[in-house]
Amino acid sequence: MANENSLNTLGQLIVSSVPKFVESVTVENGQLVLTCKSSNLVSLLEYLRDSSFLQFNTLLDVFGMDNLQRSVHNRFEVVYFLLSYSRSERLLVRVSLDSEVELPSVSSVFSSAVWLEREIWDMFGLFFKNHPDLRRILTDYGFRGFPLRKDFPISGYTEVRYSEKRKRVIVKPLQLTQEYRFFEFLTPWNQYFNK
Amino acid sequence: MKQSIVLLNSAAVATHIESDSVVTFKNFTMNFGPQHPAAHGVLRLVLELDGEVVERADPHIGLLHRGTEKLIEYKNYIQALPYFDRLDYVSMMCQEHCYSLAVERLLDTTVPLRAQYIRVLFSELTRILNHLLAVTTHALDVGALTPFLWGFEEREKLMEFYERVSGARMHAAYVRPGGVSQDLPIGLLNDIYIFTKQFNSRVNEIEELLTNNRIWKQRLVDIGVVSAKQARDWGFSGVMLRGSGVSWDLRKSQPYEVYDQLDFHIPVGTHGDCYDRYLIRVEEMRQSLRIVEQCLNNMPEGFIKVDDRKISPPSRANMKFSMESLIHHFKLYSEGFMVPEGQYYAVIEAPKGEFGTFIVSDGTSRPYRCRIKAPGFLHLQGLDFMAKGHMIADVVTIIGTQDIVFGEVDR
Repeated sequence: MANENSLNTLGQLIVSSVPKFVESVTVENGQLVLTCKSSNLVSLLEYLRDSSFLQFNTLLDVFGMDNLQRSVHNRFEVVYFLLSYSRSERLLVRVSLDSEVELPSVSSVFSSAVWLEREIWDMFGLFFKNHPDLRRILTDYGFRGFPLRKDFPISGYTEVRYSEKRKRVIVKPLQLTQEYRFFEFLTPWNQYFNK
Repeated sequence: MKQSIVLLNSAAVATHIESDSVVTFKNFTMNFGPQHPAAHGVLRLVLELDGEVVERADPHIGLLHRGTEKLIEYKNYIQALPYFDRLDYVSMMCQEHCYSLAVERLLDTTVPLRAQYIRVLFSELTRILNHLLAVTTHALDVGALTPFLWGFEEREKLMEFYERVSGARMHAAYVRPGGVSQDLPIGLLNDIYIFTKQFNSRVNEIEELLTNNRIWKQRLVDIGVVSAKQARDWGFSGVMLRGSGVSWDLRKSQPYEVYDQLDFHIPVGTHGDCYDRYLIRVEEMRQSLRIVEQCLNNMPEGFIKVDDRKISPPSRANMKFSMESLIHHFKLYSEGFMVPEGQYYAVIEAPKGEFGTFIVSDGTSRPYRCRIKAPGFLHLQGLDFMAKGHMIADVVTIIGTQDIVFGEVDR
């Protein structure tokens, strides 16, 4: 793994070559994190992929984040995880979404993005413009709601069971005999941080 | 061949009228799975067929979706660990390992050397466990039953090692943030040594049946060819990537734990077809065996978890006379340990490819967000282009070569 200094240098290099696309560069826990606006995303990823010096030509992961319970200004965030085989380096590109819930699809840049973006649509309800096939992927046919959003309850809203009377699987509103118990303690036991 | 439900999709039946002659062509849309023995679990594959040739393959996944990422947000860091066993349920410890690496990085701790060796030892045993299943069930799908029976006898032995070390044959929850849950029982290393002595000839036996087998080669050579460029573009990793000639294995290129001190080779294919990937898996088993032997020889003495009571629980014996230990034990197993704010994306070379865990911590004892990156998800996405132009029977071969397990694809 590259050390912090070389990552900083690499980050500065990317910023200096495409200053308009990149908003900020940080190194978090030994990983380079770029932040960019959703309007510049496709151009930035294209640059990272095609630059003969960087060659971040694999998109390994795209995932969403819901910052509802954190003191972060923007609610949704999408993170792109890139790998450069020739440099043996990884890169996270973060896109914060202000108020809108749509961003451009990068499936034209990386083929691997198609399913990953479908998953984000499925889980967070973020809409990808120009996506070739934006269907739900992991949830059931006819599922409603976006489960990984923080305001979606862990138990969901419906329950599915086989009805002996109707001889088919039916979907009914969820009825719990007991509330989901979630223990949240204020703890004095956090000496760890004071080390 | 295999039994499947054949549907005639009215939408796919097109009528094309040309001047005076009427030409009708039909594309069959066939449903493959979700209960099909060759679908490796619950894959529903909608195949658009022109005769017997696959025009388009549309995998419908999610039938095993359990919402692991959501569930983990409601669990503390120790409770979240067993979910990782249940993702890819044939390479359990590798995934625990990845999760533990991510948490340890956020905690900023270093694992004792003995624990690192134990982790590597069991990662490699897990790799053998996985590849035995991958190769032999692949052979089963293609029509060779015998390697499957032989391979599973060996898997049984490996699962017994799992059981001896953790108490569970599959869902071990053995590798934990801060080390491993308990020390190796006496005599285990000896028995693993006995296993390694005979295992090479078991691999030879499987190879005797398959490698030069005419039918096996007819079914695998030049099927599902992936070029290196395609493999990179589609985000393939592990054997799927190395089969296409890209020499990339995280154990070598971005080593974690003690892999940089061990001597082993990374097999790389040349054609990118199913046969190359089969050969790579077989060779990886042999290389894993080398690593296991080195781990046995070099296994150091010492701690098996971090000597920090704010992370790793005290021993049972200590709890009987030390109040402090009792408190620590209680706090660790009720509230769990706190992880400082931050985020980290940990990746490891799981048997199926690059497995990743991204953890966002908000400073409490529960992960704020835990993203699980499964290699199989991206491989299955590539099924469409790999199967295009092949026969239906080859789709089975391609699913087999991708080594799909739905626990991790659906999460």
